[in-house]
Amino acid sequence: MEDEVKISARGVRVYYEDKQAIKNVDVKIQDKTVTAFIGPSGCGKSTFLRCLNRMNDTISICRVEGEILIDGQNIYHPDVDPVQLRAKVGMVFQKPNPFPKSIYDNVAYGPRIHGLFESKSDLDEIVKMALLRAALWEEVKDRLSEPGTGLSGGQQQRLCIARAIATRPEVLLMDEPCSALDPIATAQIEELIADLKENFCVVIVTHSMQQAARVSDKTAFFHLGDLVEYGDTEDLFVKPADPRTESYISGKIG
Amino acid sequence: MAHETGSLSEATALSRKRRAAEKRYRLYGLVAISIGLLMLVILIGTILSKGLTAFQQTFITLEIELIESKLDKKGNRDINEIKKVSTFGYAPLTKKSFEKLFSAYNLNTALSPKKASKILSKSAASDLRKFVLNDTSVIGKTISFEFLTNSWIDGYLKGRINREDIQNNKNVSTEQLDLVDELVKLGIVEKKFNLSFLLGSDASDMRPEAAGFGVSMVGSFYMMLVVLLLSLPVGVAASIYLEEFAPRNWITDIIEVNISNLAAVPSIVFGILGLAVFINFMHLPQSAPFVGGMVLTLMTLPTIIISTRASLKSVPPSIRDAALGVGASKMQTVFHHVLPLAAPGILTGTIIGLAQALGETAPLLLIGMIGYIATNMPSTLLEGLASPNSAMPAQIYEWAKRSDPAFYERAWGGIIILLVFLITMNTLAVILRRRFERRW
Repeated sequence: MEDEVKISARGVRVYYEDKQAIKNVDVKIQDKTVTAFIGPSGCGKSTFLRCLNRMNDTISICRVEGEILIDGQNIYHPDVDPVQLRAKVGMVFQKPNPFPKSIYDNVAYGPRIHGLFESKSDLDEIVKMALLRAALWEEVKDRLSEPGTGLSGGQQQRLCIARAIATRPEVLLMDEPCSALDPIATAQIEELIADLKENFCVVIVTHSMQQAARVSDKTAFFHLGDLVEYGDTEDLFVKPADPRTESYISGKIG
Repeated sequence: MAHETGSLSEATALSRKRRAAEKRYRLYGLVAISIGLLMLVILIGTILSKGLTAFQQTFITLEIELIESKLDKKGNRDINEIKKVSTFGYAPLTKKSFEKLFSAYNLNTALSPKKASKILSKSAASDLRKFVLNDTSVIGKTISFEFLTNSWIDGYLKGRINREDIQNNKNVSTEQLDLVDELVKLGIVEKKFNLSFLLGSDASDMRPEAAGFGVSMVGSFYMMLVVLLLSLPVGVAASIYLEEFAPRNWITDIIEVNISNLAAVPSIVFGILGLAVFINFMHLPQSAPFVGGMVLTLMTLPTIIISTRASLKSVPPSIRDAALGVGASKMQTVFHHVLPLAAPGILTGTIIGLAQALGETAPLLLIGMIGYIATNMPSTLLEGLASPNSAMPAQIYEWAKRSDPAFYERAWGGIIILLVFLITMNTLAVILRRRFERRW
C-alpha cells in the first residue's frame, strides 16, 4: 500500500442554513486505497463525501467552510471550476441512475463532453475498457445499443461505475452504492471495488459495517457531524479507541 | 369501548350506516357523471344538427348566353375593356337565362323572368363576372353556370323557412317557392357540398349564402404561427432559467407568483393591453394577425411557462446528479438530459396553450380582428401576417350577432370547424405525450 496522500481535509465545517452538519473534520485520505465512511443515519458521512466533488454546491442552502486539498490544491478555492473537479473526482450514487439512453451512450457521455477521444474507434475502446473494468462487458457487449434503464439493478449500478470511470477520474466517490441492491449484486460490486483501488482512490460511504470491514483499508467513523475515529479498518473494528465507536460497532447506537 | 362480539357477516348498526353512506355517495357520483354526459350529448347534438347544414348550399344551374355585344363591345378580348363592364352589365344575362328556362321547360309560373331571377344570390352577377374575367374565351358562348340561390331559398330547402313564415316577407314570395319546387323536380336546383364555405371569406349582411369561413381559418393559422414562434422559445427559455438557474430569493418568488396570477387574468385584459401598447403606442396595424398573435402570446406564455416548469420539475433529480457527477456543466446537464426528458410535457403544454389561444375571441375583438374585414385569401406570408384579417372565433361571434338566421347557421358550422381543430390539437397532445413519454 502506498502512503501517498490524495485528499486532505482541514477544518471542514458544513452548514445547512443554521444547522451544522459537519463539525471541524480533519482527515487525510490515501491514494490507491479504499476508505470507508461509516456511521448512523444523519451523521454527516454522505454530506462530507459530497464535499469532495463539490456536489453540495447544487444545494443552495448548503455552505462549506475549511479546506479540502486534492493533490495539494484546495478545491474550494474560488478559481477552481467545479465542473473540471467532477471530471477528476467521479461519483457513484446510492440509487443506480443511468441516463435513459443506450448503454453505449451512458458510458460515452463523459468522454464526449470532456473530449477524451480522437476517433470513433478510440471512443469504442474507452467504452469497452470502462465496461470491462466495471465487470459488465461480458453481460452487455452484444446489446450496447439497448437502453441502460433496461438492465437489472446490479447491472445498472455497474453501468454507473463504468460511466464514472470512463472519464478517467483519479478519485471515485461511492455513496452507499449497494443499498438498493440484493446480496448477489452487492457481492459483485464489492469485488469490483477491490479491483478498482489499484487505479483509483476510492471513498465509499456505507451504513453496513460488514461491508466496510470487507472492502476498505481505512475506515472513518462519523457521529453527529464529528469524525470520531479514523484509522486502519482492522484496528477500528478490533480495538476501537473511542467509546462511541465501540458502542456503534457493537450495535448499541445507530 | 370493547367491540361487539359476534359474526363478522352480521350487520351492526354502525356497519349498516357506513354501507348506506357509501351507497349514497356512489349514487351521487353516478348522477353527477350522468348529468355531465347528458349535457355533452345535448351540446354535440345541437351543434351538429344546427351546423352541419352550413356545409351544404343550394345551387341553381342555368344556361347562360354570354352575349358578346354586352360584355365585350369591341370584340377584341382586351381584358381592360372587359373589366369596364360592371356587375350591372351581367345582371340582364341572368334574367334572359330565366326567360329561356321558362320556355325550354314550358314552366307555368306567374313570375316575370326578372322576379324569378331574384331567387339568385345577390352575388350571382359578380360571380359570373369573376368567372368571365378569369377566362375571356367563354365570351360569346352559351355556358352552363352554377349560381348560388339566395339564403331564403336555401333556408326553404333546408326546412328553416316555412311558407307560413314568409307572408309579409319582401325578400321571397310563395310564387318563387313554387318555382323552386318545380326546378328541384327538374334537378336544376339542388343542394350540394359547399366548398366555398371552407375556402371563402365573409360576405356582407345581404348575402349570407356567400359567406365562408376559409379566410378566417387562414387568419387563425397565421396567428397560431406567431404564437408558436414567440411563446415556445420565450416560454421554454424563461422556464429553464427560473427552474434551473435562477437563485431562490424574493425577486424570483415575486416573478413566480405573478406568472401564476397572469395565467388567471381574463383574456380581455390582454386585449386592452394589446390595444394600448401595440396599436395606440407602437402604431402597429390594426386587425393584423401578427398583432393578434402577439396579444395571444402574452396570454399563452403563462400557461406554457407553468407547464414547462412542471415538466422540468418532474425530471428526477438523480438524472441531474448523474450528469453533474460525470462533470457535465449545469448547461450541459439541462440541455443534454433534463430538457429531452421534459420535452413531452413541454410539447403537451404548448399544444394545450395553443388550443386555448385558438379559441380566444375577446382580445381579438379589441384589436379589430372582427369578421367581414378580409375579402381575399392572403397570397404571401407577409400579407398573411400583416393584412387585416379575422380569426375563427371572432368570425363565429360576428355571424352569431347578425340578425339573419342564415348567418346563425353559418356560426354553428364555424363552431364545428373550430371544434374539429381543437379536438385534433388535444388528441395530438395526448398522442405525443404517450409516444415520447420515457420511463426512468
